[in-house]
Amino acid sequence: MTIVLTIAALTLQEASRRKVLRSLGVLTAVLLALSAWGFSEISSDYGGLTSGEAKVAGSTVLNLVMFGFSLIAALGTAFLAGPTLSGEVESGVALAVMTRPIRRMQVLTGKWLGLVAFGTGFVTVAGVAQFVIVHLTVDYWPPHPVTGLALLAGQTAALLTLGVLFSTAISPMASGIVAVGLFGATWIAGVVGSVGDALGNPSVAMVGTVSRMLLPTDGLWRGAMNSFQDPALLAQIGSGVEESPFLSMQPLTGVYLLWAAIWTALVLSLAAVSFQRRDL
Amino acid sequence: MTDSPAVWASHLRKRYKNRTAVDGVSFTVGRGEVLGLLGPNGAGKTSVIKMMLGLVRPDAGEVMLLGRPHTDPGSRARVGYLPELFRYQPWLSADEVLRLHVRLAGLKIGDRDRRESLALVGLADRAKDRVGGFSKGMQQRLGLAVALVAAPELVVLDEPTSALDPLGRADVRDLLLSLKDRGVAVLLNSHLIGEVERVCDRVVILDHGRVAASGTLAELLGRRSLRLSLTDVTAEAAAILEPFTRDGDVYTVALPEDVPALVADLVKRGVRVHAVEPARMSLEDRLLEVLRENS
Repeated sequence: MTIVLTIAALTLQEASRRKVLRSLGVLTAVLLALSAWGFSEISSDYGGLTSGEAKVAGSTVLNLVMFGFSLIAALGTAFLAGPTLSGEVESGVALAVMTRPIRRMQVLTGKWLGLVAFGTGFVTVAGVAQFVIVHLTVDYWPPHPVTGLALLAGQTAALLTLGVLFSTAISPMASGIVAVGLFGATWIAGVVGSVGDALGNPSVAMVGTVSRMLLPTDGLWRGAMNSFQDPALLAQIGSGVEESPFLSMQPLTGVYLLWAAIWTALVLSLAAVSFQRRDL
Repeated sequence: MTDSPAVWASHLRKRYKNRTAVDGVSFTVGRGEVLGLLGPNGAGKTSVIKMMLGLVRPDAGEVMLLGRPHTDPGSRARVGYLPELFRYQPWLSADEVLRLHVRLAGLKIGDRDRRESLALVGLADRAKDRVGGFSKGMQQRLGLAVALVAAPELVVLDEPTSALDPLGRADVRDLLLSLKDRGVAVLLNSHLIGEVERVCDRVVILDHGRVAASGTLAELLGRRSLRLSLTDVTAEAAAILEPFTRDGDVYTVALPEDVPALVADLVKRGVRVHAVEPARMSLEDRLLEVLRENS
């Protein structure tokens, strides 16, 4: 366990020393400032609306901004996963490390753990800051903030695990691009599925269901959105919002959460097998 | 366990797609022995080292490191390695790199010992500097410190002087001799044959992935000989030199037990002796001979 924690700490140290943290901090601060401005505009421009309607608008825009953060977290960690593993193999940094009395599985798990901690930390800090901004501007506080943030962290973990798997077999750049491409494709498939649901077309709806099973990032994102929305407020504006990519009508089921956990564990195990077999 | 050799490798084989890189290589490195691994580019030297250390999976063959199978990570607990492609985390300082390796080796080595390791390779005053700012030579020196920091019983050095200046090469030679004095086994892969000849007890020559020759320097290079520069050599004088090889006025004979007596005998027979010097085939000549025989 000491080796795993040492490698996890090293991964976090790398993110910090390579100025990833600083860049992300600046980007997040800009996004938070813009969102604060946007939410204050909602508050003032929708003065003619009821406070409930303003909250619905706030809830929807909150999901939009949170999608931005989830995107940064997922893509950021997926792009970090490539260099941290296959980049070290390509550069030769891995050679001296791997000849210590340690198992490759320990190195892989340590890297994974460090990345998960990085993604979770980012999602938590940025998410809580965003909730505070929304609360101060439109007086809205999401009903299940902890669940939502945990699901966002899960989404980040799922994508970075896929990035780690790719980085055991292909170049750092390719692994990041493929992981991000699949993330985007799944999100679009999820939107297509929502449209299918709204139109009552089961075949189109199936596109979203299948994609959410193959890569659970979109499913977890939808669960997170559901946790950030107030269902009572949604009921006020009635039907016709189901197809919105930034609203989710259904909470996640326990079975789906279990599948997402199994999926992540499976992909991590595959990565371990692939890394074990790789010639360095 | 200390009776077991530092390295025991048997019938190692590795194929990369259509190319056989290593084909049935076997060798041992005794405790405290310095073994030189020689051969042309692509002979399979680095592949053998990587298989030995678990970096590359052999298609066949077995390796024991310090008495334990190399598939057991614990077999590398007392092994130091300087890779041919030496790169260390550029975002860490030299001291942090050493601290990381000490932790991964599961040892407790204090600040003072780490400082000494860096001082040994001439990096004492760069301990706090980031590795990213180091020259190639300095990174190779750091690699040596990394290989030596965890009290190794076996040190594997793959081209340890490739980025070093002549002074650095001399430092490495001294370092190798001090390791030898301390009874640390060393496997040295180097293209600098003079370096190998000076410090190695035994040599293994690889060519096309096979062991082309191996043995102690005396076994590989043969008996020492005597080179004489002579004129006015009569048939009678030549007879006492037999067997000899001749290149112009230079005669090479097996080193006789009594050199002054031979010289006196030649002078008595009217031969003019201009120079007498001991000689032995250089390792470089022997390496070239082996490789030519093999091709």
